[in-house]
Amino acid sequence: MKALRNYLDKIKPQFEKGGKFEKLHSTFEAFETFLFVPNTTTSQGSHIRDAMDMKRTMIMVVIALIPTLLFGIWNVGYQHFLAIGEDVGFWQMVGYGAIKVLPIVIVSYVTGLAIEFGFAQSRGHEVNEGFLVSGMLIPLILPPDIPLWMVAVATAFAVIIGKEVFGGTGMNILNPALTARAFLFFAYPQDISGDKVWIADKPDTFSGATPLANAALGNTDALPSFSDTFFGFIPGSIGETSTFLVLIGAIILLATGIGSARILLSVFVGGLVMSLIFNLWGANEYMMIQPHMQIAMGGFAFGAVYMATDPVTASQTHRGKYIYGFLVGLLAILFRVFNPAYPEGMMLAILLMNVFAPLIDHYVVEGNIKRRLARLEKAKA
Amino acid sequence: MSDKKEREPLFSVKNRKLLSTPLNKENPITVQVLGICSALAITVKLEPSVVMALSVVAVMGVSNVVISVLRKAIPPRIRIIVQLTVIASLVVLVDEVLSAFMYDVSKQLSVFVGLIITNCIIMGRLEAFASSNKAWPSFLDGIGNAAGYGWILIVVGFFRELLGSGEVWGYPVMEWIGLYDIGYKDNGLMILPPMALIIVGVIIWIQRAKNRDLIEENQ
Repeated sequence: MKALRNYLDKIKPQFEKGGKFEKLHSTFEAFETFLFVPNTTTSQGSHIRDAMDMKRTMIMVVIALIPTLLFGIWNVGYQHFLAIGEDVGFWQMVGYGAIKVLPIVIVSYVTGLAIEFGFAQSRGHEVNEGFLVSGMLIPLILPPDIPLWMVAVATAFAVIIGKEVFGGTGMNILNPALTARAFLFFAYPQDISGDKVWIADKPDTFSGATPLANAALGNTDALPSFSDTFFGFIPGSIGETSTFLVLIGAIILLATGIGSARILLSVFVGGLVMSLIFNLWGANEYMMIQPHMQIAMGGFAFGAVYMATDPVTASQTHRGKYIYGFLVGLLAILFRVFNPAYPEGMMLAILLMNVFAPLIDHYVVEGNIKRRLARLEKAKA
Repeated sequence: MSDKKEREPLFSVKNRKLLSTPLNKENPITVQVLGICSALAITVKLEPSVVMALSVVAVMGVSNVVISVLRKAIPPRIRIIVQLTVIASLVVLVDEVLSAFMYDVSKQLSVFVGLIITNCIIMGRLEAFASSNKAWPSFLDGIGNAAGYGWILIVVGFFRELLGSGEVWGYPVMEWIGLYDIGYKDNGLMILPPMALIIVGVIIWIQRAKNRDLIEENQ
């Protein structure tokens, strides 16, 4: 550690103004702060002292994602060997899954970070940490058989059009990972929807339909059991199948105070309320699916925990968070049931509410001002 | 002698500016943000984009001249109606020519030829320029603005056709290069209207990165 610190201190002057590698200052700084907590402190005003800076916040989210990633790797292998009817050991499944999943993770990180570093260099500011999370989220919400060049194109689109044009991390309107997925969904629908893509190298004789696809077709008999769906032994996007592990991630995020409990809670409440309404309505098979099953299926839990709570794109006010979360949950189930063309409503629900989040905040703040003004009038009178 | 003195050369600096500023610094689409609807609707392929651009050039050049010639005869109170009548008759002409000689393209453009009438750029130039200037500068102004509108359309149409359908002017270039054999697929999002907005946005981005004085102040 000491040696590394000394080395960094030694080469640091070369990256300062007037140094040999002045142009690479952002890159150097990114690595330095990645390795060590920065020693700069704010000198004016009162500030809360906290060991958590942006990088460590982001790393915490990545840690919360690790269980879903590891399970996803295993599940990709498990589903593959199940589909081709071979009985193989645990490690063979993991090995197969790793060969499928890790390249996607690497492509996502390399593309995204290359663009982030490029922009930081050309604009002369720090490299933003936000992509550490997005780069992990993108592979987890894609099917295992997605061509790698599509991952690269979608990541580039999400980072440039979804984030950098608005000014980089913290300024984006839409969640970058979901932007990447939405891009793929509309650009290459045959590679990210339907029943062919969710199991890696699926033989044609095997039905690879996800629970959502079956539900959309009205084949509710073909749905897997609740425990399979909840623990994630089902085909689906790489990281989202196991609601159980997603909830473990949620506990990590809540314990460290990174994820907003208000949003999380209200998303689930919204989803449950809408499913219950559909249960009472009961116009078709899909509407009759139990609420707990609706929550366990597809990317609902994953989206709720890792994407709806994204502090940049969600509502900022306390009351706004409840409204935002509730509508995300409600709309997700609504889209699922009413629009079979978009089997997974969670992505579109979150993106839609991302757009509305500032509006919700605006009215919450306005309402607050009005209430306090009225109180002031009363006190004066 | 005095007569000669007043006469400006046909392509004086001022007149050339009328032609060239709308191409870049006063571009109707990227700077004034007018005529966006048609830029979204008809730029899925390159051919209709080019035809649309040419139609607008024709309508705008001629209507500017007509209005400019009539500018002293038109009572100010009914000038908008007169302008609309002129534009509408020209658009009908263009529409008839297209359906006579380029039936397929005119089918693709469908209502959007008719909607040239409501293209804000044309009305805007008639109001702002032609109704108070001589015929020749008005003509140049009309052609310039229509060309400024047209080249954006053509660029957007080119990229949307190339990336969305893998073709340029109907020729399957992507297939010739052999990209499909190595796993390339056409981008379905390019065919959807939002992508036209995004491409226009990227053009605006590039343009403002080059001309920093075009960047608006934050309010």
